[in-house]
Amino acid sequence: MCLGVPGKVVEIRTDALGMNMGKVSFGGVVKEVCLAYTSDVQIGEYVIVHVGFAISTIDEEEAGKVFELLRQMGELEELDVPQIET
Amino acid sequence: MRFVDEYRGGEDASKLLDAIRSSVTRPWVIMELCGGQTHTLIKAGIDRMLPDEITLVHGPGCPVCVTPMRLLDQAIAIARRPEVIFTSFGDMLRVPGSAADLLEVKSEGGDVRIVYSPLDAVKIAEANPDKQVVFFAVGFETTAPANAMAVWRAERAGVENFSVLCSHVLVPPAMEAILGAPDHRVQGFLAAGHVCTVMGYWEYEPIAERHRIPVIVTGFEPLDLIQGTYMAVAALEEGRHEVENQYSRSVTRDGNIAAQKLMTEVFEITDRDWRGIGVIPDSGYALRERFVAFDAGLRFDVADIEAHDSGECIAGKIMQGIERPSACPAFGTRCTPERPLGAPMVSAEGACAAYYQYGRS
Amino acid sequence: MSDETRPGLAAGLACPIPISDYPTVQMSHGGGGRLSQMLIDDMFVAAFDNPVLAQLHDGAILDLAAGRLAFSTDSFVVHPLFFPGGDIGSLAVHGTVNDVAMCGARPIAISAGFIIEEGLPMEDLWRIVQSMRDAADQAGVPVVTGDTKVVDRGKGDGIYINTTGIGVIDDGIEISPRRARPGDLVLLSGAIAAHGIAIMSVREGLEFETTLETDSAALHELTAAMLERAGRNVHVLRDPTRGGVASTLNEIAAQAGVGIRIDEAPIPIDEEVRGACEILGFDPLYVANEGKCIAIVARESADEVLQAMRDQPLGARAAIVGEVVEEHPGKVFLRSRIGGLRVVDMLSGEQLPRIC
Repeated sequence: MCLGVPGKVVEIRTDALGMNMGKVSFGGVVKEVCLAYTSDVQIGEYVIVHVGFAISTIDEEEAGKVFELLRQMGELEELDVPQIET
Repeated sequence: MRFVDEYRGGEDASKLLDAIRSSVTRPWVIMELCGGQTHTLIKAGIDRMLPDEITLVHGPGCPVCVTPMRLLDQAIAIARRPEVIFTSFGDMLRVPGSAADLLEVKSEGGDVRIVYSPLDAVKIAEANPDKQVVFFAVGFETTAPANAMAVWRAERAGVENFSVLCSHVLVPPAMEAILGAPDHRVQGFLAAGHVCTVMGYWEYEPIAERHRIPVIVTGFEPLDLIQGTYMAVAALEEGRHEVENQYSRSVTRDGNIAAQKLMTEVFEITDRDWRGIGVIPDSGYALRERFVAFDAGLRFDVADIEAHDSGECIAGKIMQGIERPSACPAFGTRCTPERPLGAPMVSAEGACAAYYQYGRS
Repeated sequence: MSDETRPGLAAGLACPIPISDYPTVQMSHGGGGRLSQMLIDDMFVAAFDNPVLAQLHDGAILDLAAGRLAFSTDSFVVHPLFFPGGDIGSLAVHGTVNDVAMCGARPIAISAGFIIEEGLPMEDLWRIVQSMRDAADQAGVPVVTGDTKVVDRGKGDGIYINTTGIGVIDDGIEISPRRARPGDLVLLSGAIAAHGIAIMSVREGLEFETTLETDSAALHELTAAMLERAGRNVHVLRDPTRGGVASTLNEIAAQAGVGIRIDEAPIPIDEEVRGACEILGFDPLYVANEGKCIAIVARESADEVLQAMRDQPLGARAAIVGEVVEEHPGKVFLRSRIGGLRVVDMLSGEQLPRIC
């Protein structure tokens, strides 16, 4: 249900029906995407695209949190007393 | 690729897997709902990397798999008509109906075309005014905003030769149905990150509360799934049963309001038949009265079609996590991707296809 | 009619068959009569122009040294006929040159058989023939004989082309899937999945704003360089066309009765091709290539073969991607970037774009 691919918004325009449309780049390959559901998105921001529609704008701060957690884990590991192998 | 590659790193995965291993003290059964998640888990080999205490079962998160055979037979009947251009996502083309599949209709000369976006189907309708263009509107809530927009635009632009065959299904009722089954063994859920991107996750809070089961909204990259599992195990070990959001870079509690607004304008909630499971009340979308002219199920004379399901397929049990694909007596023998008995063996995201392709026994 | 009065012989790029008279291919162009002769002389012979073809026998007569010959045939039914970076014509030349090269042979000549659907625009045919001529010239492999038939409208897909190639295998070269042995390394000549994506990207409904080109190319100079460096230590050569790298490796593993283990990380792929695969939901390992080569090489020669590949323009991104193992004979396994292991199975049917 959910092939949603992150891509970078490179162009935004309004079409004949007043809808936000645009171009999104996926690793350099550009596709036409409907931006009606992410009307606040700016050029240069990333969106998740599913069947030609942007369904969310990626929150870059939140995206970093996975790695923040991992970094903390790494620090905790260094604090662990090494186990004696049996 | 940004926001893709960072979530596929081996070193980070190891850290999380170690953390899971050191926190787990007893067996847990976790269900991941989305076919796309099943696919990643198996393709990246994550299920083999998790400690033995953790059993992953695969839920009915494959809208292709749960599309009732009757609807597929209707689609096939419509696609066979000479005046019809039948458009669909690629996923549906090899799913078996009672006697055929859409790919066969195509090879017999039917005008069956794969589209990437429902808007492409509307464009085809505009370009072929003397034809009837039908779009197979399948999907969970993730795809509903796109399908709704297609219908809305067709109405606005007066594209009268366009219609949709609608088979939309909703996740929360499916979760309730699974948790309502007496023999279910699910103790934690990984909820579908893109469904929740659209719908938010507030709908899962009463479910988590009522059934005392943790629900972790999870993304689709390997690191997302491992972190989601980590969060589920942590919650289970600590006896917590809340909804937590692993996929916060895309999901908020309220979801995408603009999308929900258009979905509500175009669709209404209805009972739906889930292939292999049966009718779940209030579990799907149908077109509202205002858009009923675009309903292909009514525009074409297909109401009398009845499906004949093969008795052998245990898709229902598999999609409810009660059985593993490998437990099915027909798995890999009478039922293979080349000659499937049911949808989960065909769809790229179907649990059976994933198991078959990636060699699980 | 004398030669001087016919527009014919193609010095320039104008279609030699007068378009105003014959805008499309007719049944009679394949009938063996005057129109047939005109098509052959003015289009095919003029374009492919070489001494052997100029003999105009029913078959070509070649003077080759005695020894082992490689002989390969392939038919091309690709649709659409024209795609970014190539067409059915160039594909047909490259494909057969490559099949011969994958036998460890030096391609000498190819034939070209055409089955044309009545109604194919003459301009399209001319474009295809020119493309074949260019590909053959660039590869240094002439089209020395051929055949033309025309079928009723509706009985063909525009045009089908069969090419058959012949090549000479030098002494000291032994290519066979059965030579793959545990310990051998698996080499890949460059970035995968470009061709299949290029074809997909011009199918209706799947267009991209970016042009993604096929990688269709003749590989015989690349293989020659590899064989010159390591001779008998090159055990297997195969070009991963339909079904991609995954299918080819499965075939080799099955034929040789060995296991193959590859790593995801070193497999080269262009960012744009990867982006396209992500959008369509394709696994690049199963997407067709038309200008790539897989080699299974004795471990002790792998580094120098790799260097020989990288010194060639078509092997600039060559990489070692895996090894042949004793375990799981007949099966291919992949170590994913995340560190997990999974089976890489044969694909059943064509990959289709998916939403799920």
